[in-house]
Amino acid sequence: MNITELAKNGKFVVTAEVGPPKGVDIKEMLDDAELMRGRVDAINVTDQQSSVMRLGSLAACRLLKDRGLEPVLQMTCRDRNRIALQSDLLSAYILGIENVLCLTGDFVALGDHPQAKSVFDLDSVSLLYAARELEQGRDLAGNELTGTPRFCLGAVVTPGADPLEPQLIKMEKKVKAGAQFFQTQAVYEPGKFEEFMKAVAYLNVPVFVGIVLLKSAGMARFMNANVAGVHVPDNLIKEMEQAENRGQKSIEIAARLIKEMKPLCQGVHIMAIGWEKRVPEVLDATGL
Amino acid sequence: MIISQQKPLPEILKSLEGEQRIFLVGCKGCAEACHTGGEAQVLEMKGKLEEEGKTIVGYSVVDFLCDKALVKFRLKVREEEIIDADSLLVMTCGLGVQATSKVVDKVTHPACDTINLGGARGEWRGEERCLECGECLLDYTGGICPLTACTKSLINGPCGGAKNGKCEFEPETRDCGWHLIYERLKKLNHLDKMKTILSPKDYSKMRPPPQLRSTIMWALEQVEKETTVK
Repeated sequence: MNITELAKNGKFVVTAEVGPPKGVDIKEMLDDAELMRGRVDAINVTDQQSSVMRLGSLAACRLLKDRGLEPVLQMTCRDRNRIALQSDLLSAYILGIENVLCLTGDFVALGDHPQAKSVFDLDSVSLLYAARELEQGRDLAGNELTGTPRFCLGAVVTPGADPLEPQLIKMEKKVKAGAQFFQTQAVYEPGKFEEFMKAVAYLNVPVFVGIVLLKSAGMARFMNANVAGVHVPDNLIKEMEQAENRGQKSIEIAARLIKEMKPLCQGVHIMAIGWEKRVPEVLDATGL
Repeated sequence: MIISQQKPLPEILKSLEGEQRIFLVGCKGCAEACHTGGEAQVLEMKGKLEEEGKTIVGYSVVDFLCDKALVKFRLKVREEEIIDADSLLVMTCGLGVQATSKVVDKVTHPACDTINLGGARGEWRGEERCLECGECLLDYTGGICPLTACTKSLINGPCGGAKNGKCEFEPETRDCGWHLIYERLKKLNHLDKMKTILSPKDYSKMRPPPQLRSTIMWALEQVEKETTVK
């Protein structure tokens, strides 16, 4: 069942993510995904995350699907023009992949091929629109399709952005263009998240709050200095600093955040960034 | 020389929707040479807009609209008319519209699309850039070009990568273009513009038109020679 249906039926949706490898050794990625079997509703597969060239998301999604796991295909606009993006959407459908998360994508200069030409022919809004058009049986140029695909379309938003208003405006555009669910950037401040959820309540769209596992106080400080829209408050940094067992503390903090924000939203999206093996423990600690 | 062509009148009228009192700005540089924004075209536009029921509160034709110092100097003496206007219709290339937007705290509308010359650009030393995309979007973005101000050339709003108003790419020196656009539209009380969903750009309009391909330098030099001789 697609993840928007689950949210509609009142299920608190749990998603996590895996990153395809740089190369063709897929064992670790599949092992990570296997640990999440039965624990999460769907697994996002990142698309050349951080502009680093890797195995493709589409192929990796199909590998998960073959193993009975529900994938969410992440698609960015950085590397493909509208011809390739629409074609890959058709390919995804034909390979049985229904959930698609439409993103802008990081800038190429931040990845491992800074010499590459960045595309951004479409943006996240027009990619959603393109997918909706395909569902209506036509492509972006208005040409008719033979057979029409169906998708469950998702998008992202940054609840901690400052100022927040541009994010809200764009979120509304994404909903109008076809977004049916949202996964958010990492949130560490439930108070701020509550304000955000109040501001977007009128959009009536399921929001899955983003949780990034804190690995250390240093990582928290790095994110505060460098990652847009992410703020780890001082008390959490102090907790990490003073923790005897960082792994344990990380799980404890994530579980606490999820419990606090669960009543505010329709699901949680856990980004473990290398600590995928700890995702089941986070869910145990949360009671999910 | 930057080549521009006037947008169709219905598109201009749509951008002026809800606004009655308009101040026209023309340019004696490239736009005059292209017959898109010289004094003659400004007067012609005045007539057309008046026919459509608009009130033209004044107009000014500046020598080079891409020169911000000059624009400020020339428009300063027309301050009262400009304050009285709902908006400015700027009849020139993308650089001129951006330069005007920088020095006037009023809504500006581009009257022209800037045509791609296939490499030959005007000599402009300011920070504004025009991609010569042939489909000017400055009307939606407060006179700040999203194609050149945003690292990713996004046209529907910011990505998630800006922090403290700076772009994730070169945060020391590069502003987030969409942060600038947001602040500008907010100041002009026109955030509704940001809510418009823009269709993917028609990049075929970025190809230089056939008459400008390969012979452009030759053609321009010929025109200049002929004008000098006369």
